[in-house]
Amino acid sequence: MIIAAPRPTVLVIAAATLLAAATARAVDPAAPPLAVFGDTVYTMAGPPIERGVVLIDRGRITHVGSALDVPIPPDAARLRAAVVTPGLLDAHTAVGLTGFLNQEQDQDQLDTGEPIQPELRAIDSYNPRERLVAWLRGFGFTTLHTGHAPGALVSGQTMVVKTAGGSADEAAILPVAMVAVTLGDDARPDDEKKSPGTRSKAVAMLRGELVKTQDYLRKRDLADPEKRPDRDLRREVFADVLRGALPLLVTVNRATDIDAALRIAAEFRIRIVLDSAAEAYLVADRIKAAGVPVIVHPTMRRGGMGETENISFETAATLKAKGIPIALQSGYEGYVPKTRVALFEAAIAAANGLTTEQALAAITVDAATILGVADRVGALKPGLDGDVALFDGDPFEYTTHCVGVVVDGTVVSNERW
Amino acid sequence: MRRRPILAIAIPLLVSALVAGGAAAQDRAVAFIGAEVLPISGPAISGGVVVVKGGTIAAVGPAATTPVPPDAERIDCAGKVILPGLVDTHSHVGGGAGGDASGPIQPDVRIVDSINVRDAGFRKARAGGLTTLNIMPGSGHLLSGQTIYAKLRPAATIDDFFIRDADGRPLGGMKMANGTNSQRDPPFPGTRSKSAALVRQKFLKAVDYRRKLAEAGDDATKRPDRDLEMEGLLDVLDGRVIVHHHAHRADDLLTVLRLRDEFGFKVVLHHASEAWKVADRLAAAQAPCSVIVVDSPGGKIEAMDLSLATSGILEKAGVPCAIHTDDPVTDSRLFLRTAGLAVRGGMSREKALEALTLAGARMLGLEGRIGSLDVGKDADLVVLSGDPLAVRTKVLETWVEGRKVFDRADPDDRLFAVGGFGASRDQRAQACCTDDSFTEAK
Repeated sequence: MIIAAPRPTVLVIAAATLLAAATARAVDPAAPPLAVFGDTVYTMAGPPIERGVVLIDRGRITHVGSALDVPIPPDAARLRAAVVTPGLLDAHTAVGLTGFLNQEQDQDQLDTGEPIQPELRAIDSYNPRERLVAWLRGFGFTTLHTGHAPGALVSGQTMVVKTAGGSADEAAILPVAMVAVTLGDDARPDDEKKSPGTRSKAVAMLRGELVKTQDYLRKRDLADPEKRPDRDLRREVFADVLRGALPLLVTVNRATDIDAALRIAAEFRIRIVLDSAAEAYLVADRIKAAGVPVIVHPTMRRGGMGETENISFETAATLKAKGIPIALQSGYEGYVPKTRVALFEAAIAAANGLTTEQALAAITVDAATILGVADRVGALKPGLDGDVALFDGDPFEYTTHCVGVVVDGTVVSNERW
Repeated sequence: MRRRPILAIAIPLLVSALVAGGAAAQDRAVAFIGAEVLPISGPAISGGVVVVKGGTIAAVGPAATTPVPPDAERIDCAGKVILPGLVDTHSHVGGGAGGDASGPIQPDVRIVDSINVRDAGFRKARAGGLTTLNIMPGSGHLLSGQTIYAKLRPAATIDDFFIRDADGRPLGGMKMANGTNSQRDPPFPGTRSKSAALVRQKFLKAVDYRRKLAEAGDDATKRPDRDLEMEGLLDVLDGRVIVHHHAHRADDLLTVLRLRDEFGFKVVLHHASEAWKVADRLAAAQAPCSVIVVDSPGGKIEAMDLSLATSGILEKAGVPCAIHTDDPVTDSRLFLRTAGLAVRGGMSREKALEALTLAGARMLGLEGRIGSLDVGKDADLVVLSGDPLAVRTKVLETWVEGRKVFDRADPDDRLFAVGGFGASRDQRAQACCTDDSFTEAK
């Protein structure tokens, strides 16, 4: 695996406010343009282009079109592959907070000390040099939605990162993406005496937090400064949720829990994104009516027992056919293998009802839209980041290799994966 | 669709009777006509014919030279691909468990005594084209018990899965493990050296037991008392039972071979995550490896250098290589996928398909009965919609000993192939009775 040396940072802006604009990563202004040629180019912004080219200059895409039409600067570097796609996007993982060794020192995806901790920021744990980040990048992933894992009622924040950059600040394109909530069996602490011990208790606790935050906001706006409450990080995060600036990423599997999540979203008029949602096909009409997107569980996730027992290879296709926005993910894995690869999960979805382009969209443009970063990544069109994945055949075939990965116009992987 | 049971009380008996009478029900030949036939033991046959009768393969060859018996049921397989039934050398389907927490070495414990043949996992395994499984206890012991080689026939009891030797004895292996999984508080070992010492001590005891038996000869008064643990180990020492040994790290693999050479047992190395580091030594030792193919390294330190390239490196070095599911670690329904990933990592297509069939059969000592499409072998086969290593290919039908045990066109079977509401529930007991198209518990 050959990784480009970390580039010098020209500008690092601390994420001072909760929804701060992403920090800018350095792009060498002297670097030549990069032309990426593909026998087939999936732009995800229109039909595939045969014998197409993507031209990148100063980190951003400037032209996309037929190789016959796009003028290529004479000094441009050139790459070529059978299939070219946008840099892939993993719509939900914990990689970078969870490390491949699975030892105490590389597991920062979940603190179980308290059931509700929305103030935990992903950026304070994300390790851009984690080997699993490089592993996913090798298969074409240039953007990850990562952060605190399911396993506590409110486990913390998530973020969107590029798979390049030498620090969490450089890698981040959205330092705070969502707040991770778990409903159902995984929300229960190991200690049976601790809450939440039941589904109803978990929902009551979450409602209680949101109601308290409504009171906090009311008091914060009181005319008399003496009566205003002290700053409270937890309330501030939930306040962003209540004002619609920050969605809840609600990990659920049973239809019962999906309904509970939709009930809370309606009660508080907040944005939610459903995650995993093994039984979503049972309640697809209600999900559709609520206008809630679903980041569907890894297609190959096992469901032998417990709340994923009714999991199906066809859920992504079922939801897509209903018109529900979907994306696919690698999810969180606690043992061997330490991560899945969303490319492989999309491939199995493509073999079980999604078309090739729908499955590709679930790990590119549709994922970018659900995560709120479609103005940066997820498609090949002028103005977006120069993130590209190159394959020596159908990206979904088992025997195809990813043969190149480009982030912001810089080649970050050129081996066969 | 299957009919519901008529006589609920009689169901177990009825199912057993039907299973026992299965061969009789299959006296009529079945001919699969027009498929691309991949016998594994020989080159692909385009437009091939496979004829099965009485539970075994009666003929395999090109249509032009392979006569179809006039009374045979003819199945048009044009455009399809036929493989031998897939052989999984390492599975945990069926909810079985071996040894308990009482000690690290439990050769008296048999997995057969805890398997639920109605577990939905068996239906999913058939949906993946699997016809033979080595069902094993886990790796949390140095020796966790006796495994069972299971043929996925319709079954009411584990006996219906048995593959028996000439004396009628069910065949199986012995599960062993080293490395970190089997290290715990005493009486379990705390280090790798302690693990090896405990195993050596136990095998030395078995060597003594064997000597005492031999010295007693026919004199029952001198014979040592029966000892189930020792009897289990004697099967291993005498080569009747193959050791299936979990090992990840390169040094752990070589430790297994050191013990093999000291005591002279037959062994297959399972998982073999770092086998690629010592491929030449494994080749020189002719140590068969059954490899796990997963989507990323890590999860524990022993698996940190796990690689998609392992199978290809072993092939090039000349090490016999099979691939296994380790279900639930990988999904039996996606067993073909693991061969595709092995090809991605550098294995040849031919050897990758062999790794799911004949190579595994050899590692179970069953290559005379299963693993390839050859006349006289068991009629275990899979009908595929296309290229076995293509992601969009579907397993359409799975046949065991001339009987169809999975049919994707049957909605009840399809549920287990793709998942959905109820797909993890144990099967209902079913049976019926009026004609040859009886229903069965499968």
